[in-house]
Amino acid sequence: MARMATTRRVVISTIGAWFFGFLIFFPILWMVLTSFKTELEAFAIPPSFLFFHWTTENYVTVQERSDYFHHALNSVIIAGGSTLIALLIAIPAAWSMAFSPTKRTKDILLWMLSTKMMPPVGVLVPIYLIYKSFGLLDSRIGLVFILCLGNLPIVIWMLFTYFKEIPRDILEAARMDGATIGRELVYVLTPMAIPGLASTMLLNLILAWNEAFWTLNLSTSNAAPLTTFIASYSSPEGLFWAKLSAASTLAIAPILVLGWFSQKQLVRGLTFGAVK
Amino acid sequence: MAAFFPQAEKLGMATRQTQILARSLLMPAVGLLFIWMIVPLALTIYFSTLHYSLLDPGSEEFVGLENFRYFLTDPAFLASLQNTLVLVGSVLALTILLGIPLALLMDQPVIGRNFVRLMVIAPFFVMPTVSALVWKNLLMHPVSGLFAWLAKLVGLTPIDWFTDAPLLAVILIVAWQWLPFATLILLTALQSLDEEQKEAAEMDGASAVSTFIYITLPHLARPITVVILIETIFLLTVFAEIFVTTGGGPGLQTTNIAFLIYSQALIQFDVGSASAGGLVAVVIANIVAFFLVRIVGRNLEA
Repeated sequence: MARMATTRRVVISTIGAWFFGFLIFFPILWMVLTSFKTELEAFAIPPSFLFFHWTTENYVTVQERSDYFHHALNSVIIAGGSTLIALLIAIPAAWSMAFSPTKRTKDILLWMLSTKMMPPVGVLVPIYLIYKSFGLLDSRIGLVFILCLGNLPIVIWMLFTYFKEIPRDILEAARMDGATIGRELVYVLTPMAIPGLASTMLLNLILAWNEAFWTLNLSTSNAAPLTTFIASYSSPEGLFWAKLSAASTLAIAPILVLGWFSQKQLVRGLTFGAVK
Repeated sequence: MAAFFPQAEKLGMATRQTQILARSLLMPAVGLLFIWMIVPLALTIYFSTLHYSLLDPGSEEFVGLENFRYFLTDPAFLASLQNTLVLVGSVLALTILLGIPLALLMDQPVIGRNFVRLMVIAPFFVMPTVSALVWKNLLMHPVSGLFAWLAKLVGLTPIDWFTDAPLLAVILIVAWQWLPFATLILLTALQSLDEEQKEAAEMDGASAVSTFIYITLPHLARPITVVILIETIFLLTVFAEIFVTTGGGPGLQTTNIAFLIYSQALIQFDVGSASAGGLVAVVIANIVAFFLVRIVGRNLEA
């Protein structure tokens, strides 16, 4: 009896979970399917789900007409650049707070967290004016800088929670053996910190890739990453569903893959370690 | 403090050199974040006391609190404050009320759970401009959208989402983006719930409902709080979804505080009033942040 109940439970919950999972995923699937239709079929009613004339012409057109790769490259540079710089600043800081804490470390950490709570609109005006006067509007370097600062608190926090999990005994043993700080860092800490570093980097890349407040407000064409590029499809004259879908599919594909790899760390990073 | 940093005492013999090094490693991050926090905020405060229009440069003059009076008594402010509250409240309610059952379902013995999890988490990785445009066109278009087709299929009149229920449309899009976040956090919390405790309750003859109410729900209280606070911080400043779908309209129907400030600054070029609005947004966010920082801080001690 108990066994049957368990089997029934597995069947029901499996069907339920797959049904709702599919429902949530469906808009993405629909977008990918639409990207392989002709514009006429993309708009057709009733819609065809699989039996349409599959074509890749939208992907070709998106590149030819709007220089997709230019914007993709911008996204790579802006997300990658801001992540790298944030890591360079955050690693020493997190290392210092995790391994040489002082009485004020906790306050510093919480203060850093509170800078992340500042709504970007609160400082939109001065940032826009500063960027305007320094010629940083629509520049990659300007976006790299602002996204780096915006994500720095999350990066420091994530690294801190990872570093704190490195067992102290190993460090102490290394110190007893007379390891210098440099050697301790290179031979003992780095190998143990790599998984944490990797997931911090991944999460930060995702956040920077998808950031759509500063990119929309501070870039127009030259430095426009994919978020701004896709937004240009919102004008009525740009309404080509199949091409919008093709451009969107390309824009989210790499990050979807990275995201799926990092989903476990996501919870920890986005809750500042409050939920693990 | 001692429990939180046990090594502080153990490494009491750490050389002074180490401490100096540690402090100098911390300085760049602290310095940058300090500048990042203070300079723009100080400028916002300064601008908020000026009559300052980008259309009329050079005519800045000190007007005291006039901008605040203007911003706070502007009918657009009340409308956008109301829209902001409705948006935040509805998205929170949707993501949590749907997220709890979804997390409970995924916590069951499900065949292929990892794959289901991938499907559920996917919307979170879609950039806001993409999800907004895909929903607006492919799904919510009043003639050729999938929803219109489905409505006709069951004999209903299709809804012209962005004309008749624009705020609801934005709410649905944003809720779709945040449902994965709530579900994933609640699922993570559920998986750390002690199985034995649940089994013991079942042995004692507790029904599934009372197990849920007396064991599962209290266990979820903290993660739910965390979800509410973190989502609120992001939802208070929803921008891209409105920017690419409605542009705040029709009228002011989908203008939230963030969008109102944006349009005053970069469409009407009224720096003073936008700055005053920016400070109002900062104050609202700080009220939320206060509670979040306390919860996270308590977690540091544990």
